[in-house]
Amino acid sequence: MVGIITYGAYIPRYRIKTEEIARVWGANGAEIAAGLGVKEKSVPDLDEDTITMSVEAARYALARRDISRDAIGAIYVGSESHPYAVKPSSATVGEAIGATPVMTAADFEFACKAGTAGIQTCMGMVMSGMIKYGCAIGADTAQGAPGDALEYTASAGGAAIFIGEDDPIAEINHTCSFTTDTPDFWRREGQIYPSHGGRFSGDPAYFKHVQGAAHLMLDQMGTVPSDYDYAIFHQPNAKFPRRVSKMLGFTAEQIGPGLPVPRLGNTYSGAVPVGISATLDVAKPGDRIFVTSYGSGAGSDAFDITVTDVIESDLFNRSAAPTVEELLANGKYLDYALYAKHKGKIVMQ
Amino acid sequence: MSVPRYWRKQQNRYNLKGNRCETCGRYFYPPRAICPECRREGKIVDYEFSGNGTVRTFSVIRTASDDYDMQTPYGIAIIELEEGTCMTAQVICEPDELYIGMPVKRVFRKVVSEGDSGVIVYGTKFVPA
Repeated sequence: MVGIITYGAYIPRYRIKTEEIARVWGANGAEIAAGLGVKEKSVPDLDEDTITMSVEAARYALARRDISRDAIGAIYVGSESHPYAVKPSSATVGEAIGATPVMTAADFEFACKAGTAGIQTCMGMVMSGMIKYGCAIGADTAQGAPGDALEYTASAGGAAIFIGEDDPIAEINHTCSFTTDTPDFWRREGQIYPSHGGRFSGDPAYFKHVQGAAHLMLDQMGTVPSDYDYAIFHQPNAKFPRRVSKMLGFTAEQIGPGLPVPRLGNTYSGAVPVGISATLDVAKPGDRIFVTSYGSGAGSDAFDITVTDVIESDLFNRSAAPTVEELLANGKYLDYALYAKHKGKIVMQ
Repeated sequence: MSVPRYWRKQQNRYNLKGNRCETCGRYFYPPRAICPECRREGKIVDYEFSGNGTVRTFSVIRTASDDYDMQTPYGIAIIELEEGTCMTAQVICEPDELYIGMPVKRVFRKVVSEGDSGVIVYGTKFVPA
């Protein structure tokens, strides 16, 4: 059955605290951190971008399972922050992991769900027999304008999920999607920072689509929330996934491991792939995982996943790459001035 | 750096592709066309370095050319790869953390961007292992 062959996450080592951002804008940092449920976020190094993070995540995945590079038939990188407007991030990733030239590649964009769209595309190609393995990556150096609400959460990170049919560490039992034209968040061509509809990004956008895809999955699989050991929801902050999980009937324990957002921030396209990685870091054979991503614009992809015995077998070495927990540890804290330099917010002459 | 020059060295820069002489066992990075020891007797084969090594010596750059100015101060080191050959690369850490003998491992990073509209050059740098 089609499933996840291996996975790897990457998070830069720099951090900034929510209270430090609030200090600059004269806002109440403690109140904002508590409201969003995000106390700090990751910041890319001066020489890191979506391509470098994607390469590191894919290399970590391949460290856990050394699959033949020639058998990787597709690479899709989902992101809102591809370094080039025209030139594929995915081709550079393919070159850096030794998968070129006999492969297809493309860059995806669907706000924060481009990574899970890549997983679905790889599933289709594997199941149709077009390719043996496909690599889906969700990664972002997320953008938020100075002083905008997004600035408190827009962070950096990503994860690579390799899809195939040979001895998966986790079988993907089913996937389904829920999509409408809902303008809650966007970035026009040539603009540096995204715009959003404020509170409009809540009920008619995030909550409608996440619940739409989640209910579709539960109906189609004939399951209830208590059938799952873990659940992962898109996490632009900690408040939204906690609320939607409660509305759907999932518990705080089920979403715990797959909710790194309080210490990571919102990695946009990387959010759900990193959440999947964090959950697979602790999952045991037989565990069932419920996943629902969200991308503004707007849509949600849902997945029903069952972890197999392979995750603890000789075919897979989980400890060969750092866990999300290990990647989050020992962050190096920046003040706002250095953060602005790292994010390219200072205009140089 | 011209686009063709960057592109020609891509596999060397991305994946530390060098070579080795099967006759004497020496490793080369960047790759050599012939073994300087074995000459005609040498047999050169492609080799991808593991990316693990140690700092043999280093310098801290505090005044750099325009393209690298944002990154100062940064460390440039001669890295002795575990296979035995040496290469020069940036080590990403605080300059005062750098020391001779420091174990390091490779990472994939942006080396330089050619202004706002030119090509972005990627390659291998090192971080503390």
